[in-house]
Amino acid sequence: MSAPAISLRGLRKEFGSVTAVDGVDLDIAQGEFFSMLGPSGSGKTTVLRLIAGFEQPTAGTIELFGEDVTSTAPFDRDVNTVFQDYALFPHLSVLENVAYGLRVRGMGKRERAERAREALEGVRLGGYGDRRPSALSGGQRQRVALARATVLRPKVLLLDEPLGALDLKLREQMQVELKQLQRSLGITFIFVTHDQEEALTLSDRVAVFNDGRIEQLGTPAEIYERPQSRFVATFVGTSNVLEGAVAAQLLGVPGTFALRPERITLADAPTGRDRAASGTIAEVVYLGTGRRIIVDLDAGLQLTVLEHTLGRDAASDAALRGTRVVAEWSDRDLVALDAAVPVTP
Amino acid sequence: MSATTSTRRHSVSAFLFEHARLRLALLLTAPLFWLGLVYIVALAALLVTAFWTVDSFTGEVRIEWTLDNIVTVLTASVYQSVTLRTVGIALLVTVIDILLALPIAFFMAKVAGPRLQRALVIAVLTPLWASYLVKAYSWRTVLSPEGLFAWLVEPIGGSSPGYGIPATVITLSYLWLPYVILPIYAGLERVPDSLLDASSDLGAKPWRTVRSVVLPLLYPAVIAGSIFSFSLTLGDYIAVSIVGGANQMLGNLVYTNVGTANNLPLAAAAALIPIAIIMVYLAAVRRTGALDNL
Repeated sequence: MSAPAISLRGLRKEFGSVTAVDGVDLDIAQGEFFSMLGPSGSGKTTVLRLIAGFEQPTAGTIELFGEDVTSTAPFDRDVNTVFQDYALFPHLSVLENVAYGLRVRGMGKRERAERAREALEGVRLGGYGDRRPSALSGGQRQRVALARATVLRPKVLLLDEPLGALDLKLREQMQVELKQLQRSLGITFIFVTHDQEEALTLSDRVAVFNDGRIEQLGTPAEIYERPQSRFVATFVGTSNVLEGAVAAQLLGVPGTFALRPERITLADAPTGRDRAASGTIAEVVYLGTGRRIIVDLDAGLQLTVLEHTLGRDAASDAALRGTRVVAEWSDRDLVALDAAVPVTP
Repeated sequence: MSATTSTRRHSVSAFLFEHARLRLALLLTAPLFWLGLVYIVALAALLVTAFWTVDSFTGEVRIEWTLDNIVTVLTASVYQSVTLRTVGIALLVTVIDILLALPIAFFMAKVAGPRLQRALVIAVLTPLWASYLVKAYSWRTVLSPEGLFAWLVEPIGGSSPGYGIPATVITLSYLWLPYVILPIYAGLERVPDSLLDASSDLGAKPWRTVRSVVLPLLYPAVIAGSIFSFSLTLGDYIAVSIVGGANQMLGNLVYTNVGTANNLPLAAAAALIPIAIIMVYLAAVRRTGALDNL
């Protein structure tokens, strides 16, 4: 079996008294689309910068394809980065930007121009080589940054929130392009984002970061369906957390459980699902594809429910407030966040 | 009804809002008058005086048009050699200041932490608070045969350069260094760190990054700094008379012509030389395109 593309062991990084990365162990396979997801300040970007070599770790090792590169300078590492602010050189044309890496490697003028032009055509910016980066739109700059990083054919591409500055439509389009690019290049992508939807839709595997540690590591489905901690359950998508007295009353078991809003159904009277709890509708939010309903349970918990199909008349949303309902769900939809308690209540 | 009250309440603001030209006139009349008087009129007076002459009996300036002063300044060997020496010193001071300022500014802008950065900016600015004369005379002390400089280099077999052109270059480099550091520091502050990271990420070693990314982006700032050190040196005559021994610069010729020789027209003609040189310098800089990005 070949060595993983990236292998991190006991990685720590302190800035003064602040611990940005607090002991990260991670293996990323070759050709994997790997996302590091977390809120700002969770250490995900620092891990990326450590892999790129822009920062030196306080402790721990970094291996690239089995080779220890912990103290190797960035210009000697076979990885390339797409920066959050794109970091295009303002004094160079688009073509010169893309050719920069080839130029510093000593490639001849004609050959590097040829390869840079190909790379630009690969991101559908064929006719833009002579322009300055300042004359391009945000999405175009993003694609130039991609071309500049991939023209060197790195084994690993690092992407630091590359879509963060784009508007929603463009972001969705770029997500598709990124996925296609990764498939066609067949190289490892390490993608840093705070957007959980982006991480879930793009990745083969996701690491959820919190406070400088990996909170959970797994496929998008594992992360979403089986969160292992309260943080993951509430950061990745929305979860209702049932705990303490409420859990004891509703489920008959003490412990902490996560319940996704789309797993809950509302009805006027119990329909015979595993669990039922009565309450009053406090708020109805229209979402277009469905609606989010906030229910004040009699047990003392506020429950968020997501209805995708419009079971009730949409026009009567406002009138629903104050209506008595029964919220129901199945036992298999409950995820135990407390390892001490068995999954099935 | 309500419209009239509100109009009345803001009558002055509303009036000015409607009369954009009047607004502009009120804003700019005083500074433009000052600029016109100080810069244009004074410079024009200098230019005109250079074409007048001095009555050899009374010593008074006579309004009698002549090119004699210009011819003297251009052909007399003393003016030629002093001009060459002054330009040489100005170029040397500029090069030394740029070479010193680049690493200092880079350290301040990109390496130092926020606290050290603030301390360094203050340290660079502090000498500007001290009197020019105090600083020039302290260099005279440092460079004297028994001074600090001699004491420092004697163990390695060196000796003080004494008072002369090297001492002048050292003193002027010291005096104008802050004026070169500050624009370069400001220019570096505007270069995002991510550009340096990107260059390194794409395989450029540090020196390559400096050459291909930092210096091209800093070019306008370096030029701005060089204009300060170059033009300030061209006009200087005090430092050279304190540490320069018997050497003279253009400023000294102007000074003696106004004072001892009492020949204001010739002094004005001599003063045109540095103006002409700095214009040539600016034109040369413009041709390189460095000012396009300012």
